[in-house]
Amino acid sequence: MHPAASIIAFTVASGAGFGLIAALGLPAAWGAAPTGALFWWGFVVAFALAIGGLLASTLHLGHPERAVRAFSQWRTSWLSREGVLAVATLAVAGAYALSILGGLPVARILGPVAAVLSLVTVFATSMIYAQLRTVDRWHTPLTPVAFLGFALGSGVTIAAALHAATGEARLWPIAALVFTAIGWIARRRAWNAGDRRAPTSTPETATGLGHLGRVRLFEAPHTGPNYLLKEMGFVVARRHAEKLRILAAGVGGFVPMILDIVAWAGVAPALLLSLSAILLLAGLVVERWLFFAEARHAQMAFYDRSHT
Amino acid sequence: MTALPGKTDRTLGLVIDLDTCVGCHACVVSCKEWNTGGYGAPLADADAWGAEPVGAFLNRVHTFEVTPDSGAAMNVHFPKSCLHCADAPCVTVCPTGASYKRAEDGIVLVNETACIGCGLCAWACPYGAREQDPVEKVMKKCTLCVDRIYNDNIPEQDRIPACVRTCPAGARHFGDLSDPGSEVSRLVAERGGFDLMPEQGTSPVNKYLPPRAREPESIDLAALCDTDLAEPTGFFAWLDRALERL
Amino acid sequence: MTAPPKLDLSPKVSDEIRKTTCYMCACRCGIDVHLRAGEDGRPKVRFIEGNRDHPVNRGVLCAKGSAGIMQQYSPARLRAPLRRVGPRGCGEFQEISWDEALQQAVDWLGPIRDKDPKRLAFFTGRDQSQSFTGWWAQQFGTPNYAAHGGFCSVNMAAAGIYTMGGAFWEFGSPDWERTELFLLFGVAEDHDSNPIKMGLGRLKERGAKVIAVNPVRTGYNAVADEWVGITPGTDGLFVLSLIHELLRGGHVDLDYLLRYTNAPQLVVQNPGGADHGLIARDADGTPLVWDRAERRARPWQEVSTGAALHGEVTLADGRKALPSFEILVSRYMSNDYAPEAVAARCGVEADTIRRIAAELAGAAFGKEIRLSRPWTDLRGERHQEMVGRPVSVHAMRGISAHSNGFQTARAIHLLQILLGSVDCPGGFRFKPPYPKPVRAHPTPHTEAHPRAPLPGPHLGYPRGPEDLRIDAEGRPERIDKAFSWDAPLAVHGLMHMVISNAVAGDPYEIDTLFLYMANMAWNSSMNTAQVMEMLTATGDDGEYRIPHIIYSDAYSSEMVAYADLILPDTTYLERHDCISLLDRPISEPEAAADAIRWPVLEPDRDVRGFQSVLIDLGARLGLPGFVNDDGSHRYKDYADYIARHERRPGIGPLAGFRGDGSQTGRGAPNPGQVDRYRENGGFFTAHIPEEGHYFKMANRAYQDWAVSMGFFDEPLAFTFDIYQETLRKFQLAAEGHGPREPPDHLRETIRAAFDPLPSWAPVPAPEGYPLHAVTQRPAAMYHSWGSQNAWLRQIHGAVPLYVPEPVMQAAGLADGDWAWVISPHGRIRVPVAMTRAASPTTLWTWNAIGKRRGAWALGLNAPEADKSFLLNHLISELHPPKGDGLRWSNSDPVTGQAAWYDLRVRIEKADGGPLHPDTGAQESPVGRGRGHLTFGREWTE
Ligand SMILES: Nc1nc2c(c(=O)[nH]1)N[C@H]1C(S)=C(S)[C@@H](COP(=O)(O)OP(=O)(O)OC[C@H]3O[C@@H](n4cnc5c(=O)[nH]c(N)nc54)[C@H](O)[C@@H]3O)O[C@H]1N2
Ligand SMILES: Nc1nc2c(c(=O)[nH]1)N[C@H]1C(S)=C(S)[C@@H](COP(=O)(O)OP(=O)(O)OC[C@H]3O[C@@H](n4cnc5c(=O)[nH]c(N)nc54)[C@H](O)[C@@H]3O)O[C@H]1N2
Ligand code: SF4
Ligand code: SF4
Ligand code: SF4
Ligand code: SF4
Ligand code: SF4
Ligand SMILES: [Mo]
Repeated sequence: MHPAASIIAFTVASGAGFGLIAALGLPAAWGAAPTGALFWWGFVVAFALAIGGLLASTLHLGHPERAVRAFSQWRTSWLSREGVLAVATLAVAGAYALSILGGLPVARILGPVAAVLSLVTVFATSMIYAQLRTVDRWHTPLTPVAFLGFALGSGVTIAAALHAATGEARLWPIAALVFTAIGWIARRRAWNAGDRRAPTSTPETATGLGHLGRVRLFEAPHTGPNYLLKEMGFVVARRHAEKLRILAAGVGGFVPMILDIVAWAGVAPALLLSLSAILLLAGLVVERWLFFAEARHAQMAFYDRSHT
Repeated sequence: MTALPGKTDRTLGLVIDLDTCVGCHACVVSCKEWNTGGYGAPLADADAWGAEPVGAFLNRVHTFEVTPDSGAAMNVHFPKSCLHCADAPCVTVCPTGASYKRAEDGIVLVNETACIGCGLCAWACPYGAREQDPVEKVMKKCTLCVDRIYNDNIPEQDRIPACVRTCPAGARHFGDLSDPGSEVSRLVAERGGFDLMPEQGTSPVNKYLPPRAREPESIDLAALCDTDLAEPTGFFAWLDRALERL
Repeated sequence: MTAPPKLDLSPKVSDEIRKTTCYMCACRCGIDVHLRAGEDGRPKVRFIEGNRDHPVNRGVLCAKGSAGIMQQYSPARLRAPLRRVGPRGCGEFQEISWDEALQQAVDWLGPIRDKDPKRLAFFTGRDQSQSFTGWWAQQFGTPNYAAHGGFCSVNMAAAGIYTMGGAFWEFGSPDWERTELFLLFGVAEDHDSNPIKMGLGRLKERGAKVIAVNPVRTGYNAVADEWVGITPGTDGLFVLSLIHELLRGGHVDLDYLLRYTNAPQLVVQNPGGADHGLIARDADGTPLVWDRAERRARPWQEVSTGAALHGEVTLADGRKALPSFEILVSRYMSNDYAPEAVAARCGVEADTIRRIAAELAGAAFGKEIRLSRPWTDLRGERHQEMVGRPVSVHAMRGISAHSNGFQTARAIHLLQILLGSVDCPGGFRFKPPYPKPVRAHPTPHTEAHPRAPLPGPHLGYPRGPEDLRIDAEGRPERIDKAFSWDAPLAVHGLMHMVISNAVAGDPYEIDTLFLYMANMAWNSSMNTAQVMEMLTATGDDGEYRIPHIIYSDAYSSEMVAYADLILPDTTYLERHDCISLLDRPISEPEAAADAIRWPVLEPDRDVRGFQSVLIDLGARLGLPGFVNDDGSHRYKDYADYIARHERRPGIGPLAGFRGDGSQTGRGAPNPGQVDRYRENGGFFTAHIPEEGHYFKMANRAYQDWAVSMGFFDEPLAFTFDIYQETLRKFQLAAEGHGPREPPDHLRETIRAAFDPLPSWAPVPAPEGYPLHAVTQRPAAMYHSWGSQNAWLRQIHGAVPLYVPEPVMQAAGLADGDWAWVISPHGRIRVPVAMTRAASPTTLWTWNAIGKRRGAWALGLNAPEADKSFLLNHLISELHPPKGDGLRWSNSDPVTGQAAWYDLRVRIEKADGGPLHPDTGAQESPVGRGRGHLTFGREWTE
């Protein structure tokens, strides 16, 4: 699949934003809603990431001016649900923020609700991809697990950094580490599974000619490019993919998790956790690029010339 | 409208005969021609005369090479447009309701004025049957010529899809696949019409008829040759007998 | 939930439908052009669909036909007459007025006609008005006229006419409704483009078997029930082996041979004598056969099944003679033609050859058809039934574009005839006005005199060496050397030789080359890069070797850049045209048909229909036939000519609605004729009476109808000449008989090639070039025209050379690599792709996709110029010099047909691109197509 910058930005940023909202919202349940600098920084960053991500996603649309229509089909469409949930989450999170400002007790309810909605939103985002039978690498429960892990991992790492900068990091780095690890473990397993998995659809099943022999594209329908090839025909060389996986997991997983531990141990926690968050996000950009670039769409079975 | 109608009154679709299709692309261009001035926005061609022309087409013809375990490889021409799936994933993913399946005849359409061009339906379609228009940026797909098949301004015999009407080899058939007595249903039954990518669970309406066996007939040579006339002399003796019989 | 939108299920389609004839290729289908007001309110093409009533396409349309819209609105359309201002080839022009342009042409042509008309060479490419352009050239008086047939498929035409008075091409067709076995030789697409597809579809529906003989398995060959992946150039051998097998099994239709062929005609046996091998004739010149009952020689018409087919006889004058059939049987029964003997050379297994022979016999005799349709033959015999042998054959350039193509086509016809399957139910059927034996065709003319028309047509069918067009010293009289010893039966001329002969001054120099509709600087030339050099070659005086080139094209082609004066044509939707029975008609086996084009759109540029321009030019030059006695213009324009011209009294370009509108075939000119055609959908059909549907060569009802139509003036009784006496006459000349003998260097070639019985000779196989390379017509592209078409160029915009898997492996090549392809003549560097569905020694590519940079108003980096190539650079019109100082032409020695597919190559991996050779870039006199296309926007809001 074509790794469109807007979609990479959307999933990474909105994931982090909603993860951060969850990190800001859940503690309200036990009365630990953010206040002061943490409040301001927390909500500004969370809204910026979540809203920025959502806006980025509209860059991908042919008709962004009609984007509001996308809220209509929540009964059937994960994309629509994602939109509805995102707006609802932002609304509740906004109300939550206001209630904190106003010192309203309802914050204790709004916070956890915003947190849960955030996670459901991220789940919905992940389901946009996971629901597609056409993409074997996506069509797995590991997709929502990874998305949730990464959203929480990045959100909580940011939260940890903010906690460290505005007060005390306490167990936040460990929480960050755990979620980040969940994300990467899910991702690694998805990579492995994807590598092992025989494609669901092949030129033989695509054409129904498998009973006659091995099938290979001889001539494409057009010698020129087309929308499908541009959108779905993107391929990344196996060698490059492997290098990028190591890079992504190193920069976005291994190093941040080390930093989390060191920060937890008390060494320059604000600085190291900020660095951890930045590296994690950078790693996720690569991870997300691979998420698209490595995904083989079923319809490419119709364009497979290599098949012997 | 992204909910699929449980059952449609009729099930209109195409049956494509891979045994007959010569890969001439007539259906491709006729489709382009009819639709570029018809339903929805024109089917644009970006950089039409330049280095990288990219146009929207609703029907494309691939050629596949099929290599059996023994014997010569063969080429099979393979036209492909929207299969108007009963369980169309392209419809259910659509966030705007622009994609829908008609309850009356099962045709899957895009309401272009509602389409935001998110491309998700194209991702959901396993067949590569949807293309975003390069200029108008809305999703394009085969309409089964919905603006022809019911069109009172067109003579009755021409109320069939443009691609079917034009196909010189007669490799394309149009009709109601829910009616077991229809010509298309009969063809599917007789010729073993099959689904593309059944594993995708889309229940496509369009069916494909497989190439017929290409093995040479076994012929009883002995029965045919009433005589073996290896030498001209033998031949002329036979000739005399044969001329007698004339 | 959003409600489903309200759809307009009956949108308006068009304001008006105009019915005319397609010209996106030479098939000439009927089209319904739907017009609708465009943005400016003027009629614009909404879409084009097939005319359901039309005899050719019955409603269907091919990809090119539908893409006609994009041709009509192509940015490459020429806009006004052009005068060259830069050097030839660079494409710099100045727009001029029509008066200036026509005056320029008159200034060049007038003096030629006054002094030496042969210094004009007028060649007309893919011309659909040859009966008119030829007539123009005849009135001008130049002997140098022909269209493109000589490099296209003259082998097919000549072999067919000489053998049976009709050919494949589009002059006949299989009996799609009745045939049981269809054999297709060397066809990718062909002129009968839609009819063949419709026919194949029909055969599939009926469950008839299709066998395709072709080194490549795509298109028609891909859907065939059986594919014979033959080695190029060996079909003749394969077919003669089939014949061997049929004879061995006694599977020949003796009744048919006796009635309709010259199998029983007596061939004089006088070894060494000047009459050896000629047909024995009576005092009137009528061929003789031996009456078995009366035991005497009699004129062939008088004896039907009673004639002898073997046994030497003594003629009244004491000479010995054999029925030609005996000679034939002795020849093909030889073990040289046994399947085992030919299998390796043909690349076809012996068992396959045997089985196919058996299947042919099985279909012809085992599935015999008996139609109870009484008819009378030309001998007067009444038949109660029409007996059919349901085997049919079609063949085209895979056969004809070889230097052995003439004899191979003859072999195929022999196969059909032995099976009794020509023009019978289920067989191959002629389309009127065919069959038309050699006797009914003219002989060629070259008698050029200042200010005088040629006494007869340029092209014809020589009956023997006496009809060659050579002077007393044996020098060719035509610039292309047609009808000389180089190409004695060049019945379509040799357009591919004109430029190189003119530049070499061999046989003489010319002043003006006048071309119409032929991209001679590109895809229709062999040896393209060198032809481009020839067109720019200068003499010692610094002047171009071909001083003036006038060219009529409708688009900014490669050839445009090489001409001095451009006469821009309209598109096919903007002019009158005439698809005439005097020309290459569009008839069907059961009806004669002709058609018109008419301006369904007004040109929006300063262009004129070329035929109308020729009429104007003819009148300005004062050519007879083009002016009235008072010197005024005889015809207003081409439409006027179509309606009023008479070739013979009562016979004009169109056969329908003659006289008062009710006469068909013959009748006085009808000024309203063109309008009647328009009202009739652009065409006219005249149906053959049912009794005359089959056995047209001998069918009284058909022949009477043909006479009434004006095809000929009396019924033409003739035989299928499986033994061809005209060929024997040339052979005798080569053996030293008669007043005209071939020059010594051609003597052996002529002796071998002019075999009166179909023969096979291997095509040249130069050492070190083990592979074959051929091109195929892509169904969705017409030669070079299609690339300007925004839709078609997306389908075929960049093509590789397809290389069989073993060859790829041997050369270390992978898909997408670049390779050098080298012939004895040149080398090209091209991208390659692997194929498995081709003969293991045959490389192939789609024809004419490669374009010169800058042509056709395409962007400078168009894939057509960057990634697509011409195989033509590897092919030459001449063989490499043999050191004898002679120019040996790469052609069939009988007809001069260009031997495109004899090409032999080897292949080597290249490090990468770009394409080689680089033929440079040309300026575009029409600008370039730019930006996005959103055709039809005004109707979709
Ligand atoms: N779409 C389209 N239609 C066209 C044209 C076009 O450009 N485009 N051009 C028109 C013109 S001008 C012409 S002349 C006709 C020609 O029409 P065709 O006769 O179909 O000509 P080609 O496409 O040259 O195809 C020749 C075929 O012969 C095969 N072949 C080559 N060598 C041999 C051989 O030795 N033996 C056998 N058995 N096969 C061989 C090739 O693989 C190829 O399939 O088409 C006409 N129709
Ligand atoms: N390698 C290889 N080369 C081949 C062949 C092959 O098989 N292989 N086939 C050969 C054969 S059989 C043929 S027939 C030739 C065909 O070769 P050409 O006859 O040269 O082919 P076309 O591309 O059809 O173009 C002729 C010209 O006619 C112009 N034209 C189109 N429409 C009109 C019009 O309405 N009016 C006027 N005045 N001009 C118009 C086009 O713009 C073009 O410049 O190619 C030959 N070349
Ligand atoms: S028009 Fe018919 S024969 Fe041609 S490609 Fe389409 S389906 Fe095949
Ligand atoms: S073929 Fe694709 S676009 Fe058409 S209905 Fe099925 S899934 Fe949807
Ligand atoms: S591109 Fe249009 S039709 Fe497709 S899913 Fe998006 S909104 Fe729906
Ligand atoms: S049914 Fe109509 S829209 Fe669909 S492929 Fe055929 S011509 Fe195109
Ligand atoms: S075959 Fe196609 S291009 Fe040729 S005349 Fe017919 S419709 Fe036109
Ligand atoms: Mo041709």
